[in-house]
Amino acid sequence: MAAGTHALGLEDLDTRPGRDTIVSSLVRWSFIGVSLAFLAALLFAPLATVFVMALQHGLRAYFHSFSDPDTTAAIRLTLLTALVVVPINTVFGLAASWAIAKFEFKGKSFLITMIDLPLAVSPVISGMMYVLLFGLHGWFGAWLQEHDISIIFAVPGIMLATMFVTFPYVARELIPLMQQVGNDEEEAAMTLGAGAWITFFRVTLPKVRWGLVYGVILCNARAMGEFGAVSVVSGHIRGLTNTMPLHIEILYNEYNFVGAFAVASLLTLLALLTLIVKTLVERTGYRRR
Amino acid sequence: MRSIRQPSVLPGFALTFGFTTFFLSTIVLIPLAALVLMTASMHWHEFLHVVLSPRALGSYRLSFGASMLAATINLVFGFIIAWTLVRYEFPGRKLIDALIDMPFALPTAVSGIALTSVFAENGWIGSYLHTLGIKVAYTWVGVTVALTLIGLPFAVRSVQPALLEVQRDLEDAAETLGAGWFYVFRRIILPTVLPALLTGFTLAFARAVGEYGSVIFIAGNLPMKTEITPLLIVIRLEEFDYKGAAALGFVMLVISFVVLLTINLLQAWGRRRIVAVSR
Repeated sequence: MAAGTHALGLEDLDTRPGRDTIVSSLVRWSFIGVSLAFLAALLFAPLATVFVMALQHGLRAYFHSFSDPDTTAAIRLTLLTALVVVPINTVFGLAASWAIAKFEFKGKSFLITMIDLPLAVSPVISGMMYVLLFGLHGWFGAWLQEHDISIIFAVPGIMLATMFVTFPYVARELIPLMQQVGNDEEEAAMTLGAGAWITFFRVTLPKVRWGLVYGVILCNARAMGEFGAVSVVSGHIRGLTNTMPLHIEILYNEYNFVGAFAVASLLTLLALLTLIVKTLVERTGYRRR
Repeated sequence: MRSIRQPSVLPGFALTFGFTTFFLSTIVLIPLAALVLMTASMHWHEFLHVVLSPRALGSYRLSFGASMLAATINLVFGFIIAWTLVRYEFPGRKLIDALIDMPFALPTAVSGIALTSVFAENGWIGSYLHTLGIKVAYTWVGVTVALTLIGLPFAVRSVQPALLEVQRDLEDAAETLGAGWFYVFRRIILPTVLPALLTGFTLAFARAVGEYGSVIFIAGNLPMKTEITPLLIVIRLEEFDYKGAAALGFVMLVISFVVLLTINLLQAWGRRRIVAVSR
């Protein structure tokens, strides 16, 4: 899937016979035209519209919309959520890939399937599972209320739901990568007397660093942008349990389009930044499996 | 621990395996069990009453119908875009190649409001379609448009590597021997990319069925007409009807598993074919 690999198919284009016949260039330009038209309508127009709508009343109105305390609270909560969730899922990804790639054990493919599971579950169902556990009429609802602990309609619920949806991102990048790079260097390091942690930090981590970066940025993008799962557990309390995507919905439904698209523009910039980092990682030769 | 694995000089199995299974259980398996148990606590007729209610059936029709249509659109345009990116050189090709992943990275709420404003009656594209008598926003057409956008990268990224596998010398040989373009497509290109096309289709479909964020803004959310199943689940939860929500979620989960199984089978089939071809 890496951008660099396409060059393989293009190199011999110039020398191919029949490249400049009228029919073949007609075919070529209609393929390019159809592709660009499709992408323009479906992808580029919506991307452009985010910024056009956010700036429709000028820069002052755009920046003014960020002075709303509910908006800043939403931005803070989104950053906090990512700050908690991404490191935990990164540690999990490293642990899972170490266990799966370095050792042979029974039930390995079942474990991998379970790790991938959150990708196949609808975001709404992901959020609902925690409501069924911790919500008022859920399995532990009465007990939690007795002890005055709130998870649903509170920040812990948002963190849990986000953790679920971003759970596989780092692990599924690292597992195939660690399997591919093999154990020879680690075994050599251990034989030469390096300790376990030294081997991990000095040998393994440098070997898989680009896969790690790749997984972490995708995990972060999803953590900051998740809507469905968080929407179910949040309760939409302004200033308290509203993340940026949820705040977009509230502003939009109030017809505060500048405010909604201003917050959306921040998330769009984050998405663009994610793609840039992803492309740079792919430039290093790292190839997604 | 030691008995279930083969010996190795490397350390850390107990620690990493223990942490992995513990964290997996807490975050994924126990919540999943909560959903299954909640559904299992219902009586059969109660369960069927919920999942076969007219409103639920209406939501399945929209969710699965629009997802199927969107995945089909992606099958066709995903192939065209992948072909364009793999076979042709044109200004901005690398940029467009990178932007294909945008729907992955873009939060669904953002694509939802952005698509709605583009396809609304007064929007950039919606206003043109409106003069042609086509209403997109707040109809099932809008739902399909949103589901097409989020499924697009799956289709393109599945087909791209497969297209690189197509052996160009076979195409040239066929052409020299007088084969027409359609014959070359049907006998050389299609067999190589077929598993990838089907995988992309299934992945796009699976993603579309569960999608919520980008759809609810552009759908009218009218019961029986433009209400998707995930939205119906959210409505049931807001009514504190946990069992009703769990039952609908269970149905969707079962369908997702079937789809996931299909993907795995398709990928295994694709790998076998590639090995067979390269031999």
